[in-house]
Amino acid sequence: MPMTITEKILAAHAGREQVVPGELINARVDLVLGNDITAPVAIREFDKIGAAVVFDLERVALVPDHFTPNKDIKSAEQSKIMRDFARKHKIVNYFEVGCMGIEHCLLPEQGLVGPGDLVIGADSHTCTYGALGAFSTGMGSTDIAAAMALGEIWLKVPESIKFVFEGELKPWVSGKDLILYIIGQIGVDGALYKAMEFTGSTIENLSIDGRFSMCNMAVEAGAKNGIVPPDEITRSYVEGRCRRPYKFYQSDPDAAYAKIYRYDTSKIEPQVAFPHLPENSRAVSEAGIVEIDQSVIGSCTNGRIEDLRAAAKVLKGKKVHKNVRPIIFPGTQEIYLQALAEGLIETFIRAGAAVSTPTCGPCLGGHMGILADGERCIATTNRNFVGRMGHPGSEVYLSNPAVAAASAILGRIAGPWEVE
Amino acid sequence: MELKGRAWKLGADVDTDAIIPARYLTTSDPDELAAHCMEDAEPSFPVGFKAGDIFVAGKNFGCGSSREHAPIAIKAAGVSCVIARTFARIFYRNAFNIGLPIFESPEAAEDVRDGDELAVDADTGTIKNLTTGRIYKSAPAPPFMQEIIAAGGLINYVSAKLK
Ligand code: SF4
Repeated sequence: MPMTITEKILAAHAGREQVVPGELINARVDLVLGNDITAPVAIREFDKIGAAVVFDLERVALVPDHFTPNKDIKSAEQSKIMRDFARKHKIVNYFEVGCMGIEHCLLPEQGLVGPGDLVIGADSHTCTYGALGAFSTGMGSTDIAAAMALGEIWLKVPESIKFVFEGELKPWVSGKDLILYIIGQIGVDGALYKAMEFTGSTIENLSIDGRFSMCNMAVEAGAKNGIVPPDEITRSYVEGRCRRPYKFYQSDPDAAYAKIYRYDTSKIEPQVAFPHLPENSRAVSEAGIVEIDQSVIGSCTNGRIEDLRAAAKVLKGKKVHKNVRPIIFPGTQEIYLQALAEGLIETFIRAGAAVSTPTCGPCLGGHMGILADGERCIATTNRNFVGRMGHPGSEVYLSNPAVAAASAILGRIAGPWEVE
Repeated sequence: MELKGRAWKLGADVDTDAIIPARYLTTSDPDELAAHCMEDAEPSFPVGFKAGDIFVAGKNFGCGSSREHAPIAIKAAGVSCVIARTFARIFYRNAFNIGLPIFESPEAAEDVRDGDELAVDADTGTIKNLTTGRIYKSAPAPPFMQEIIAAGGLINYVSAKLK
């Protein structure tokens, strides 16, 4: 029977020839992830299980990124629980503050995830790694505790929805705009419990960073995972980087899909999602006059080198608006170094932006850029829920990095073409 | 087991930031989390609330982050169960894993009004509206989930498996 890429990866990890949507399976996991918020809860549950050791010292990744470098005593205590656990259990992939990054930028960069892998993480944006042709999904801490002990997890095989993009991207349109556009079309539960498979000529030509942005936000449509069929672009990213052997899976041409959506890419403009749901997206050209107080560029959605390049291209030789606080977060230390080498960091600082060490920071209203009541922020992050970046009376607008940079210059939501 | 309480009617797409804002995630202590449960979304909640109360929500309850702190906060606040049209998938798993009873019932989500008294038979998933006398059905948990519940949560289930 024909299968989708998601079904094939799940079948392979369940030791089966075949799986069908709706089936519950026990699957072997290639990597288990926790962070400074979710790992402490997972560790508490892990200790209750009574397992002496984790299933594999190299297949547990612990990343302190949410409230780090620690913002206060309480968050320091949480990080310490994770650090102590990592030392006690000799966890190989624990990333201390000087070599860390935002988990979903870091793990692929460090070669910990490869095509064909099955990865679970106690973080909803674990679905990011689908960009490499892996099955990856977010779960809660207790699930992660069980997986750390057993090296396997129960999963329900999802139905797949196929999104086919044909045509060329307009100027300034990125993977972020495609996914904001989809969520605008299908809503925040438009792919509930489903696998989102992104295909078509547009995706075949989309950079790996653009694919990460798309798969990252699959969960914002309620999906279990997002996935891009692996190809030469994937290969050039993982070759020499992946620490384990990997495998390319492809959907069979006659595989079954719950739905197929087709889009003409040439009609899609840069998008902005209005408060307070990612589904409130519209073209930037239709945003009207929305003045902003802050512009955040970074996060696991858009903190990669291509994102920083896009922002720098807009900010080069310009000054930001006097009423705007731009904050730029490279996703990892490697990305930070690359941005330094390319002169991007200097461009940002000369334009009047603050540049931070990698951290989730303001993305979840953690630290480093919290909003006051009534303040508005344009952000390249993935969620604009009530209070997501601070006071419940503040507002977050989601966009791509070039739009966030142009908005920082003009003091209102703006397209990059307005500052060229 | 019967769960009895007063309905708190909530809207659609109640997200995990609304259930427990990230600024409180520097702790994983259930009681501390419970003190801030829903405080941004439902300012009357931490005050007007009695143990046993029941959340009745629209579609996609618990969307957003994977924070298990969300169902933990709801459970520790004394909410006996959550009824919704649909649940976001990570929240759905988490609720089972930590032992917060949840019921998917579009009928109840539609019909129940704020303040109605409800009685839920957790074994059959039948929801009785004691105020109006109406009865709603909810989809039973898949057999595998019932196994987890019977074992007393995922952790006990896994411990047993390791032995
Ligand atoms: S950057 Fe934001 S969305 Fe991504 S892992 Fe951190 S808090 Fe979550």
